[in-house]
Amino acid sequence: MLLGLVLAVPLGISLSQGAGRFGELVSDPMLLKVAGTTGAFAAASVSLEILLGLLFALVLHRTFRLRGWVRAVALLPWALPTAVMAMSWRWIFNDTYGVANDLPLRLGLLREPIAWLGRPATAFAALVAADVWKTTPFVTLILLAGLQSIPRDLHEAMEVDGAGPVRRFFWITLPMLRPAIAVALTFRLIQALGIFDLVWVMTGGGPADSTKTVSLYVYDHAFRYLDGGYGAALTCAAAAAFFAVAAGAGALARGRARA
Amino acid sequence: MRKLGLWVAVFLLVGFSAAPFLWSVVTSLKPRDEVFAVPPTYLPRGATLDNYAGVFEQRPFARYLLNSLVVAAGSTLLALCAGAPAAYALARLRLRGAGLVEKGILLFALVPPAVLLVPLVSAARGAGLANSYAGLVLVHAALNLPLVVWMLASFFRRIPSELEDAARVDGFSRLGILARIVLPVSAPAVAAAGVLAFIFSWNEFTISLVLMSRDEMRTVPVGIAMLSGASAYEIPWGRIQAAVVMTTLPVVAAVLALQRRIVSGLTAGAVKE
Repeated sequence: MLLGLVLAVPLGISLSQGAGRFGELVSDPMLLKVAGTTGAFAAASVSLEILLGLLFALVLHRTFRLRGWVRAVALLPWALPTAVMAMSWRWIFNDTYGVANDLPLRLGLLREPIAWLGRPATAFAALVAADVWKTTPFVTLILLAGLQSIPRDLHEAMEVDGAGPVRRFFWITLPMLRPAIAVALTFRLIQALGIFDLVWVMTGGGPADSTKTVSLYVYDHAFRYLDGGYGAALTCAAAAAFFAVAAGAGALARGRARA
Repeated sequence: MRKLGLWVAVFLLVGFSAAPFLWSVVTSLKPRDEVFAVPPTYLPRGATLDNYAGVFEQRPFARYLLNSLVVAAGSTLLALCAGAPAAYALARLRLRGAGLVEKGILLFALVPPAVLLVPLVSAARGAGLANSYAGLVLVHAALNLPLVVWMLASFFRRIPSELEDAARVDGFSRLGILARIVLPVSAPAVAAAGVLAFIFSWNEFTISLVLMSRDEMRTVPVGIAMLSGASAYEIPWGRIQAAVVMTTLPVVAAVLALQRRIVSGLTAGAVKE
């Protein structure tokens, strides 16, 4: 089909262009560094997103007035353009005029302003915060669909047996939600490992390459140093690694459901 | 008491989701000296539209808007035209391997654009499609197809097939049935898929950044990311936030207006397994 052609042919071209260069990947110290950064970013943001998304889904699953509107607002961050909202986040984390300094200062949590995007650790945290804001709605949506597929009588049966809401959550909701969590986890891990636009706009990979991710590294080689062959080799390796990690994590989350 | 807890949670959720966008709105309405006030003011003392007018002076922002509009509309149309027959085939014709094809399609929907960046751009450049609407339209349509096919196929399956059987007796062809009966019946699902495809293309940054390297061909997200003043100390934050608001407002309106359709369309097949 058309779709297969448009997507598969370029990947094939990439494979042939990069084939001779795979050997260099092993001896590239910078690749190890960016892979570590990418992995840490994906682990931090995706785990926070699953936790927060679960909380949101539980809230949105309850019935209350205006629920339709609240759901729409909760969905909003995900629908907004990442690169554009990254500009908003850069403004929020601005060292002199940013809200991320002003609010903690007013509340007495900070003594002096922080150059959020100017230091490696805080720049990393800012990226994670922006990504969590941006993609938690996606997790919420998947988990909400999962919650809605849990039959109500299961809860009622356990309630008759005298189980409180906390026990019902751990004995029914969470196990029944496993497949949905696995789906969300797989999708989000692949997306987070491939993160590009948010980082490109917010930090550009800086300061001092500390927040550079694999995708930015590929971009650098292919379009700034114009080394398409190495870029292609990197692309193939990255795609394979992303899918392996995400599929593994998904299988893990799903597999435990059967036990 | 429990009701109160729920409302506090709802309030926090709404605040978390809306705050960054609202802050952009507030900033964009402030006059220049108030944008750079320390400490920042949370309710603007004076509201002005200067920043909005300023965006159009500084950069060809109107041109960026036009480019984004052309690309998003073109790629949405293409994705729907190519996706509807494919989805119909998957939903109705009992082809061997249809399940496998559908799983494969879903797999493509997973791939982040950054992974496809190098191969797609080199292919598009090789075909002479760099800095052209046709190139980006084609790429965005291809990236959108999985979602469109998936959403439409899951909707088509829910249409009772008696209607189509009757039409076939009356001598309609397969494509005739799709065009005259299935599509009109599923107009809401087609609209939801179209809106999502449009939003995706409108938002896409990575491929647009590389493929549209000439300034007059840039799309809005790339144009905004490149907005900056003469030096690092002169970033025109008020104008940038005005541009952010103008770009995101159509998306906000679309999501709020179509929220129910989008939510149900997206979650229809999400956790069936």
